[in-house]
Amino acid sequence: MDVFPILSILTFLPIVGMAIILIGVRGDDEIVARNSRWVALWTSLTNFFVSLLLWGYFESSTAEFQFQEFVPWMPDFKIGYHLGIDGISLFFVLLTTLLTPICILASWESITSRVKEYMIAFLVMETMMVGMFCALDLIVFYIFFEGVLIPMFLIVGIWGGPRRVYAAFKFFLYTLLGSVLMLLAMLAMYIDAGTTDILMLMQHSFPEAMQTWLWLAFFVSFAVKVPMWPVHTWLPDAHVEAPTAGSVILAGVLLKFGGYGFLRFSLPMFPEASIAFTPLIFTLSIVAVIYTSLVALAQEDMKKLIAYSSVAHMGFVTIGTFTMTVQGIEGAVFQMLSHGIVSAALFLIVGVVYDRMHTREISAYGGLVKRMPAYALVFMVFMLASVGLPGTSGFVGEFLILVGIFQVSTWAAALTTTGIILGAAYMLYLYRRVIFGQLTKDGLKKILDLSPREIAMFAPLVLLVVWMGVYPASFLEPMHASVDNLLAQMEPARSVARAHVFAGH
Amino acid sequence: MTPATVPDLIPVLPELFIALMAMALLMVGVFHKPTKVSQKRAAMGVSLLAVIALALTALIVLSIPSGRQLALNGLFVTDPFSVFTKVMVLIASGVAVVLSQDYMARQNLARFEFPVLILLATLGMMMMLSANNLLSMYLGIELQSLSLYIIAAFQRDDTRSSEAGLKYFVLGALASGMLLYGSSLVYGFSGTTDFDELVRVFTAIEGLPSVGVIIGIVFVIAGLAFKVSAVPFHMWTPDVYEGAPTPVTAFFSVAPKIAALALFCRVMLGPFGDLVSQWQQIIVFISIASMALGAFVAINQTNIKRMMAYSSISHVGYALIGLAVGNVIGLQGVLIYLAIYLAMNLGTFACILCMRRNGHMVEKISDLSGMSKSHPMVAIVLTLFMFSMAGVPPLAGFFGKFYIFLAAIDAGLYVLAVIGVLTSVVGTFYYLRIVKVMYFDDLEEPLDNPIPRGIGVVLAGTGLFILLFFSYPVPLLSGAARAAASLFGG
Repeated sequence: MDVFPILSILTFLPIVGMAIILIGVRGDDEIVARNSRWVALWTSLTNFFVSLLLWGYFESSTAEFQFQEFVPWMPDFKIGYHLGIDGISLFFVLLTTLLTPICILASWESITSRVKEYMIAFLVMETMMVGMFCALDLIVFYIFFEGVLIPMFLIVGIWGGPRRVYAAFKFFLYTLLGSVLMLLAMLAMYIDAGTTDILMLMQHSFPEAMQTWLWLAFFVSFAVKVPMWPVHTWLPDAHVEAPTAGSVILAGVLLKFGGYGFLRFSLPMFPEASIAFTPLIFTLSIVAVIYTSLVALAQEDMKKLIAYSSVAHMGFVTIGTFTMTVQGIEGAVFQMLSHGIVSAALFLIVGVVYDRMHTREISAYGGLVKRMPAYALVFMVFMLASVGLPGTSGFVGEFLILVGIFQVSTWAAALTTTGIILGAAYMLYLYRRVIFGQLTKDGLKKILDLSPREIAMFAPLVLLVVWMGVYPASFLEPMHASVDNLLAQMEPARSVARAHVFAGH
Repeated sequence: MTPATVPDLIPVLPELFIALMAMALLMVGVFHKPTKVSQKRAAMGVSLLAVIALALTALIVLSIPSGRQLALNGLFVTDPFSVFTKVMVLIASGVAVVLSQDYMARQNLARFEFPVLILLATLGMMMMLSANNLLSMYLGIELQSLSLYIIAAFQRDDTRSSEAGLKYFVLGALASGMLLYGSSLVYGFSGTTDFDELVRVFTAIEGLPSVGVIIGIVFVIAGLAFKVSAVPFHMWTPDVYEGAPTPVTAFFSVAPKIAALALFCRVMLGPFGDLVSQWQQIIVFISIASMALGAFVAINQTNIKRMMAYSSISHVGYALIGLAVGNVIGLQGVLIYLAIYLAMNLGTFACILCMRRNGHMVEKISDLSGMSKSHPMVAIVLTLFMFSMAGVPPLAGFFGKFYIFLAAIDAGLYVLAVIGVLTSVVGTFYYLRIVKVMYFDDLEEPLDNPIPRGIGVVLAGTGLFILLFFSYPVPLLSGAARAAASLFGG
């Protein structure tokens, strides 16, 4: 490890910020709150700029893991602290470092109690998220994967809405139940392969019967995280009760853990099982896309509506992943990034009016365009991106995924496409009810448009959505080699599967 | 006497030292002039001396040449396993004395007998940990238990405390009887009580051992399961934990438990190690029952000490997974688990000892509400302990469970491992409830400030250990590995 440990810096810089807040920030409540906010913002912004260096120095032409770091950790067990990123994880790291400062900005005025603890929780969470995407060792991965639960539980439970206790417990226990089985599967993998190093495990081929069980254990964990229908019910509750920034990070980054897990573990390590279970994933994803879109149509609460739309969009991701085609997988990764930005922005948009009116009922709004033109414009951009209008990031992801599905199954593609139509229906319907119409409600007559802080929050997101929609190559290029490599790893299993189909089995 | 007999006593040096110290401290207490003020001061002084004595004993334990050595005609053995576990027990006892200081003074219980009894109990535990014979094992257990019965009833004006002591005594005596009966059966059918001899006898047997031996082993297991409070011999635990004075509960939840579990491992894996196929299913059952009962029953508790009793029952269940595995990896898991459990539990009880309102101790879980406002640091540390007990990474509790489950998967005990992780999710619910009461509920009456210094030090130490264990786990892991290997002739 003679390279500069940039990934460790990215991972643990927020902890340094946390320590500064914990130890350094003293005084009366007002000063503590202000200083904690600034320290957290500067820490996360610094981290973001460091992560840009990562992108700058990333070598797109290779599928090798880059910026690798290795330190022996538990030598008796051959478990090491191993970090590294490839084209798939690169953008998730960037997404995390981008969204954290935005979340801190979003909580600037809306969080007034226990500001110090809040900022500490967010910085710890950033550490966990970045570490999770960089981890190249099973145990390190698991620690970060699970560790996220602690700050998120506290964020929902302490700063959440009226039913926060229920939502926080449901979130924690659901995800924990999913992941403990994955832990056992990881232990079984370790015992079979004799290593917990992800790079070596990718070379190891597990016996087929064992793969089935391992795949299922990982599936339970990732399906809860994604979340896939029918284990998605924690998500609407958590989203509705979480503070705005909590929802943003939940939708923006935490949901990507599952999709990332499928790409990092399920496909390359258990290829035979992945092929065998593809019909299951297709079915669940299609149900998710259609069913949750219909549910979203019927929602009265803005956050709940966006939460259900998240489930539908993540359905695209899982189906795209398991097409096992270049377009499908790149589309899935792209869709995750796009969803990370768009749904995060949509939650921020809900947060803007919630901060002013303290309600998320759709029926409490209407005619906002008259008082808040800038807000209406920003909302429109993200609404259209969520629908998948060409020229926005949402289009590229969905289009690539559909191309991928068409190569595998026309029927699946046809069914998935209905999700896009339904998506347009519920988003446009939401937009009409909130933004257009007559401004009749008394409370809304004095509502103010976006403040400079809020514009600063949305500007980078708008820019990104358009950039990703107009010139997706800057994002697809770096991941291309890694996706090719992933498919090459699966090729032996897939050719066997194809041979079976032709032989009429 | 020729000088040749002197080396024989070197392995027993720590026990000799602590026994002499206990007697000396007894003398200090007895010959002190009995006025009200000086009584308190005598208690303080004796406590301080007791902590120093325990620390010195730990030093002696560590400085004895390593390797397996027998003493007292083979009744007594010292090996890396006994060193590792003795150090844990000594730490537990020392911290328990530190924790008791403030509490005892407030409750007018500050009497010099308490630290002396702790020393005697510790001596008994050290004898247990070094037992190499069914008889010396029994003697160690009895010395330990008799001291524990007394300190359980130490608050003698309080009916709950007296009840706890009496209940513990009656049930404990029954368990000791079973243990003794089992030992006599084993002796009757094998002709020896010496552990090394027993190993030879059982390895020599072709096929199944006689039924008498099996029944004897079952009785021994029952007696030891009582001492570690594993289901179905757990009934005394909640009542004793609730009734005993809180620092005594803190002591009960760690030192005797660690000693008894370590002894359990030594007995099962040592003399009965070759019969693992005979007793494995019993341990598997006890382990599952303990994990499940501990997890489910704790949900309904309103008293935090009772909740901790059920929590410790389920922790014992996890530790027993490692014993059920019955090999060196499992034993290493048990030892790591116990070390981490020691820190978590002492820390949690230090937090419970901070629960004072208007000068009175409070024990209801709901009394914790608002702790985050009145004692922010204690609340953060207690949150850490709760997440750690639930086994959420990166806290130390996760690693404890990790090595246990690793051993279980390695040995192919998949069902046991799956049940274990599922009950751990159930258990998480009540640990999270503590966090919920502290942070999510509205502030009730605040708790009293400030925290006594001794408790503060314990909190800081255990909290840092739990939080930072992941950053440098190697010393504990390799220590446990050496200790575990020594029991398997390594």
